[in-house]
Amino acid sequence: MGESHAHHQEPGFWGRYWFSVDHKVIGIQYSVTALLFLFFGFSLMMLMRWQLAFPGEALPLIGSLMGDSRMPGGIMLPEFYNQLGAMHGTIMVFLGVVPLAVGGFGNFVVPLQIGAPDMAFPRLNMMSYHLYFWGGVVMLASFFVPGGAAQSGWTSYPPLSNIAGSGQTWWVVGMLFLIMSSLLGAINFIVTIVQLRAPGLDFWKLPFFVWAQFVTSFLLLLAFPALQAAGLMQLMDRLAGTSFFMPEGLVVAGEVLANTGGGSPILWQHLFWFLAHPEVYVLILPALGIVGEVVANNTRKPLWGYKLLVYSVLFVGFMSFIVWAHHMFITGMGTMMSAFFQTTTMIISIPSVVILTCLLLSLWGGSIRFNTPMLFALAFLPMFGIGGLTGLPLGLASTDIHLHDTYYVIGHFHYVVAPGTIFALFAGVYYWYPKATGRYLSERLGRLHFWPSFIFMNGIFFPMLIQGMHGVQRRLFDGGEIYAHAQEVLHLNKVMSMSAWGLAIAQIPFIINFFLSLKRGASAPDNAWQATTLEWLAPSPPPHGNFAEVPTVYHAPYEYSVPGRADDFLPQFVPGETPSEA
Amino acid sequence: MSTVIPYTSEIRPDTGVTNVKLGIWLFLASEVMLFGSLFAGYILLRTGNPEFGAGSEALSVPMATLNTVVLITSSVTMVLAWAAAMERNFAKFKLFMGCTVLAGAVFCVVKAFEYSAKFEHHLYPSHSTFMAIYFTFTGLHALHVVAGMLYNAYLWLPGSKMYHTNPQQFANRVEASGLFWHFVDLVWIFLFPVLYLL
Repeated sequence: MGESHAHHQEPGFWGRYWFSVDHKVIGIQYSVTALLFLFFGFSLMMLMRWQLAFPGEALPLIGSLMGDSRMPGGIMLPEFYNQLGAMHGTIMVFLGVVPLAVGGFGNFVVPLQIGAPDMAFPRLNMMSYHLYFWGGVVMLASFFVPGGAAQSGWTSYPPLSNIAGSGQTWWVVGMLFLIMSSLLGAINFIVTIVQLRAPGLDFWKLPFFVWAQFVTSFLLLLAFPALQAAGLMQLMDRLAGTSFFMPEGLVVAGEVLANTGGGSPILWQHLFWFLAHPEVYVLILPALGIVGEVVANNTRKPLWGYKLLVYSVLFVGFMSFIVWAHHMFITGMGTMMSAFFQTTTMIISIPSVVILTCLLLSLWGGSIRFNTPMLFALAFLPMFGIGGLTGLPLGLASTDIHLHDTYYVIGHFHYVVAPGTIFALFAGVYYWYPKATGRYLSERLGRLHFWPSFIFMNGIFFPMLIQGMHGVQRRLFDGGEIYAHAQEVLHLNKVMSMSAWGLAIAQIPFIINFFLSLKRGASAPDNAWQATTLEWLAPSPPPHGNFAEVPTVYHAPYEYSVPGRADDFLPQFVPGETPSEA
Repeated sequence: MSTVIPYTSEIRPDTGVTNVKLGIWLFLASEVMLFGSLFAGYILLRTGNPEFGAGSEALSVPMATLNTVVLITSSVTMVLAWAAAMERNFAKFKLFMGCTVLAGAVFCVVKAFEYSAKFEHHLYPSHSTFMAIYFTFTGLHALHVVAGMLYNAYLWLPGSKMYHTNPQQFANRVEASGLFWHFVDLVWIFLFPVLYLL
């Protein structure tokens, strides 16, 4: 297998961009697809926000284009609102954030950061992307089947989801595609990290981002099969008439359903949340990894408590498997179960706080560079902090009874995922864009993107916490208009909707920046940020195979501001002594 | 256009495994969680329904016993096929791998007879939660048998060309396929008492 022979076969367009086995191309495929899905999922929510701000009023211009089965005369039907809600959640989580964080950044960055030529199984990697893509196509297509897309929430609780229209079947089939994609991806990541580390790169020299992806992969590997099983059962319920999740004697529209019953709707909830709680950490861990990289690089000092961070991430990963039923306090599963799960939930908050504190302490005494990646990373810290702390009352059974299924919950997890994870992902885009393209994104447009986004994000999600504490329920088609207790906080619906549309406008500089900088951006050297990790050794953009020769690793990942050196960074791949090693 | 990935056929010294071996073990870990979730469903449905246990009376224990014997035998021939590949005895490999594929086919045929006997008595998945979990469980398991059988058949016939160019990597493939096959066997050893005997 001569390398020289390999260079002669130039792959054609399809081979290079569609059926590529190069981890960087696949990473970019994932990133671009996921960004498009994020935008699409966001658009669904912008439609919903019209209905919430102006219930029952016709949406000008766009409304009449939606068709009579969705928005007759521009006025949204409740069924369509439910479809938008269910699909917004599904798309954002399974087709947007996770594919961007793991499929996109993980694929592009991890092999580079560990000095590997590619992922361990390149063709499997290609297959993961294609399964993801077709899973997404199935999800999108479900909007056009009779009765429209899934409308039982992103959680798809039965019996409602079992008796829903055919869009729900498409949802389950799409999910099975996405699950298989994630499982193959997770295996690939773990094997790559364990097997393909460059010489000298032992586990305690791995960049924090790699650790985060490593733990994330285990969560995907071991948690997703539960939803796979539950999905199969729901498919059986829907297509073969079984009663896995159907109680006996269920009455729908005045008639008793014909199925035998004897099943348990709670079984779905257990299996679903056995996936979906670790999934929360799948959403947040890669984000923490990105923030760790950006913070270390831009404070020009080592991460505070690197080992503590790693141990915390490992502990979080383990604990995330035994907290799931804190989503189910009001199902009547019993005080014993509630006591257990609220205890584990309080325990898992400890390493989360440790991680956040380590990142915060890393700022102390640093000579901070306030570039765009750093702005997003810095904003992540308090936003994730709010998201985490607002979770505590939900993790305790007694306070959860009041807050359960209100807008408070929506505000809480959106603080974690939207101004939390998505800001970290933006930090990642601005940070690694020079590696992928050889050019910087514009700082000026970056700021124009960051500050309005920061303000509007809070404009959307903070009022949700207020509404929720007033008892306004989630998933209300009219935003609570008919409820007396909601009247005081109803005006906030307009604030949130305006902020959501403002947030969309704030993304315009980003989109312009993203495309314009491909050609016009300031050209970046290989080590664009004077960074220490291995990806900055490879040329920008890195060629197929990444490194001209296998790199050797000499140091811990963040040797910044090493005393006695002329420059303020000592890359992992440069020999030389640090005081701790001397 | 392919980049050379290290440790595809040679063992990485500090981890002691090849990429494929680690990969297949990780895959099996996720499979444990998949079948484990179905077992969790089985337990929850059984404890919530007093009539659930009676469902197993409709199943044929002799057929399942036959299938258990067939699968365990195939696991033995699988190991022998791998050992033959390691010893570089190609004829022996061909023989034992052929036996493994054949045993998989026998299992599927017996299963098909079992299913059709159920259908003749109008026992469909919708009949009861027991029948639902019986068909889902055994159906998913049968899918695994078919997948394992297909890959073994590939290694037995067209894939065996690799033996002549890279016998070590070929033996690694047989080993990975064998690990999967033993796992499928193991699942059946759990399914047999849980569905047919309890």
